[in-house]
Amino acid sequence: MTDRLLDGVPRRGLALLAVVLAVLLAAPWVANDYLLTILIIVLYSAYTGQAWNVMMGFAGQLSLGHAIYVGLGAYAAAALYVHFGIGPWLGLAAAVAIAVACGAVIGFLAFRFGVGGVYFAILTIAFAEFARIGFDHFQWVGASSGFFLPVANYTRNDLWTLRGNPTMFYYVMLALTVAAFALCHVLLNSRIGYYWRAIREDEIAARSVGINTFRYKMYAVVLSAGMTAVAGVFFAFYYNNLFPEQVFHISRSIELILGPIIGGIGTLFGPLIGALLLTSLSETMQQLLAALGLDAPGAKQVFYGLCLLVVVMVLPGGVWPWLAGKLGLARRGS
Amino acid sequence: MTALLSVEAVSKRFRGLLAVDNVSFRVARGSIFAVIGPNGAGKTTLFNIIAGVFAPDRGSIAFAGERIDGLAPDEICRRGVGRTFQLVRPFPALTVVDNVIIGAMLRRNDPSAARRHAHEVLARLDLFGKRHQLASALTLPDRKRLEVARALATDPKLLLLDEVMAGLRPAETDRLVSVLIELNRESGLTILLIEHVMRAVMALAARVLVLHHGAPIAEGTPDAVVREPAVVQSYLGAEAVD
Repeated sequence: MTDRLLDGVPRRGLALLAVVLAVLLAAPWVANDYLLTILIIVLYSAYTGQAWNVMMGFAGQLSLGHAIYVGLGAYAAAALYVHFGIGPWLGLAAAVAIAVACGAVIGFLAFRFGVGGVYFAILTIAFAEFARIGFDHFQWVGASSGFFLPVANYTRNDLWTLRGNPTMFYYVMLALTVAAFALCHVLLNSRIGYYWRAIREDEIAARSVGINTFRYKMYAVVLSAGMTAVAGVFFAFYYNNLFPEQVFHISRSIELILGPIIGGIGTLFGPLIGALLLTSLSETMQQLLAALGLDAPGAKQVFYGLCLLVVVMVLPGGVWPWLAGKLGLARRGS
Repeated sequence: MTALLSVEAVSKRFRGLLAVDNVSFRVARGSIFAVIGPNGAGKTTLFNIIAGVFAPDRGSIAFAGERIDGLAPDEICRRGVGRTFQLVRPFPALTVVDNVIIGAMLRRNDPSAARRHAHEVLARLDLFGKRHQLASALTLPDRKRLEVARALATDPKLLLLDEVMAGLRPAETDRLVSVLIELNRESGLTILLIEHVMRAVMALAARVLVLHHGAPIAEGTPDAVVREPAVVQSYLGAEAVD
């Protein structure tokens, strides 16, 4: 396993990775609460971007409705906690199972009946919208008036029930992000990763070398859905309130995919770089606007749009491939 | 010799066009067999039926004694049939070696074993030096060789080659011909090829089937087939035989 983890990684890359990890581990000691909140958002975006990247970046299946998996995960774990007192880690299992089942249904319908490309993306939007409207009327979890978890007092951290201060949530999110990164790295260097890329590049050619494309596309959807649902559980216990209009909204799905697109679709570092760039730049910009006394609602969205425009025009492959080249980290073969 | 592939009375119709019309032939284990004919004769359709892209309307296909007609392309590949595409389809954004590793992974779970096998195959096809290039950066002749390499990496018993010589210079053709002959002699690989380049067909094939308007008009050794009046008239042109 460790062999695979380190397979084909340049020394310099490992050194850089170690430095980044050390900085992230030490961050809570130096960062104030505001900065820590921003870092949690960065890690959350990096993690969900990584999960989406499994489906789109690796296997080439465009999902524009990933909010559905965040939402299902969030509501499942929250409902189990509020109604039955079941803790988030057990709730996580249920959340992942529900999201995986939902992903399997969407994947099966699409891949069995040959719905591909743009039509597949539309199907994913449709399901996310069904969920949004459905949860708007789902009284058991508060319907459109929202669903609330009892807010914790921050006197002590309880990892078992995920009640605690931002530092605890920060480390939980950091652990998830590192785990997702390591998992994706191992998968990319295994048969499944090679097969996903083959399918992304040319499905007909992939079948001609013996790849059961239906099965491998299903793996991608199911894994991506399950990983995303984990973020949903975090979301529920971190924010303590869920509104269908926010959680399942298409803008959530779009925000989720901007990071990996800007960082570099199909790369391991793309979602991380993209999340860091987008979140830090947009926060800086908002601080600047506030300092200048300008009130500009929607500035964040405009800014995201501009970032996307710049990347598409200047670095269509994303920031990471360009940065990797600059740092001399371009993946060497053997 | 037993037949590795036997095609029995296969027909395929697209709307009004009878693309493949009652074609039968057998490819002996360990032999090289060519299908020739003018453009639009149904050669590629016949190939696609064997490779599982289409199911035949009538007739049957047996590979290594088992019916394979109507199976999915990936299943047919797993049974031991490798193929190339007339209009090449490498995985463009992947490197040459990754293209071939994907083929090698069919029978090797371990990535490093797949990489070793890919290196061997690439060396055989003179692509080893270009293994880190992106497939999309290759010239057409190299991409054709890459297709052969990727198919070979799946360790097929039967290799289907769809016009791999087209666009190659004579020296390159001769080189690829000798590689294929080597593979055939050393590992007993059976080869079924569609080819327009008669230089390659004459050098490679033990038997040739000629299709015209989807129907077989001649079958035999290359020397005999090119002298058949029907073949000369429909395909080769009188000047080709001298």
